[in-house]
Amino acid sequence: MTAARYRDGARRIAPIAVAAFAFSVSFGVLARASGIGTVEAIVMSATVFAGSAQFAIASILAVGGGIASAILAAVLLNARYAPISVSLAPIFVGGRLRRLLESQLIVDESWAMSRRPDGRYDRGLLVGAGLVLYACWVGGTVVGAIAGEALGDPADLGLDAAFPALFLAILVTQVHSRRALAAAVLGGTIALALIPVAPAGVPIVAAAAACLLGWRRP
Amino acid sequence: MSEVWIVIGVVAAATIALKAVGPVLLGGKPLPRHLTGIVALLAPALLAALVVTQVVGGDEEIVLDARLVGLGAAVVAILLRAPLLVVVVAAAAATALVRLIG
Repeated sequence: MTAARYRDGARRIAPIAVAAFAFSVSFGVLARASGIGTVEAIVMSATVFAGSAQFAIASILAVGGGIASAILAAVLLNARYAPISVSLAPIFVGGRLRRLLESQLIVDESWAMSRRPDGRYDRGLLVGAGLVLYACWVGGTVVGAIAGEALGDPADLGLDAAFPALFLAILVTQVHSRRALAAAVLGGTIALALIPVAPAGVPIVAAAAACLLGWRRP
Repeated sequence: MSEVWIVIGVVAAATIALKAVGPVLLGGKPLPRHLTGIVALLAPALLAALVVTQVVGGDEEIVLDARLVGLGAAVVAILLRAPLLVVVVAAAAATALVRLIG
């Protein structure tokens, strides 16, 4: 039963995994150009496994921005994983070590993919999608860091538009109630308002506060 | 140890902790009742924010470019109840086309 859910998650994420692979190749290329070594770039993809934070690190180091600002930008960009991981907490099973390892498969795309229209999260879909994304992400960095500019710019293929399309397609399956619609509109508005004034990452974390519309008296 | 390794070590440790906080500390148990309503709305709020930041987000500025056309193609595909693959490919193809022409 669970094996079927893993396969289902892997199959559904496939088109996005192709885009993730292409971006990871370009991360490998950019990392080398920024003075990050081949081994370092691959280790970063294998341990950080979060695209926007890694691109931020490479671009800050490339212009000599200093390690403190690279770390701060990356941690701000990944701060959204705290609320995301809390929302996923009930679906994890087994001991602490297993939960720790499986939780590392959480990225925006696997999280979104694991959300079912009934509002619950599905661990099989999360793990299946997460494993495929992880393999593509690490593999892409290996190719990019070693082979260089083989694939060209993924933006030329419009692949940067694939991610918001995925999130929008999943969002529309989630808006069943007025409250959910209000949270989506408020979250989007907060993000839009903060993009011009706050460092990257902050608009997304601040938008998460829109979920407080669901607060009930304990 | 080079500076790059320090960045990798600190960011990896922080990211691993951020991703693990829910599953390791709260894992396997249902969330406290007053939190369930909040957590249920996290998905629509964050998904909307991800759409917005990835379509018009720039370096601390709003950038209107070919991605918007791609999102428009995705909206059409979603309204036509197309499968996810078609939605994603339509968005990428429309964006690539606009960049090719432009």
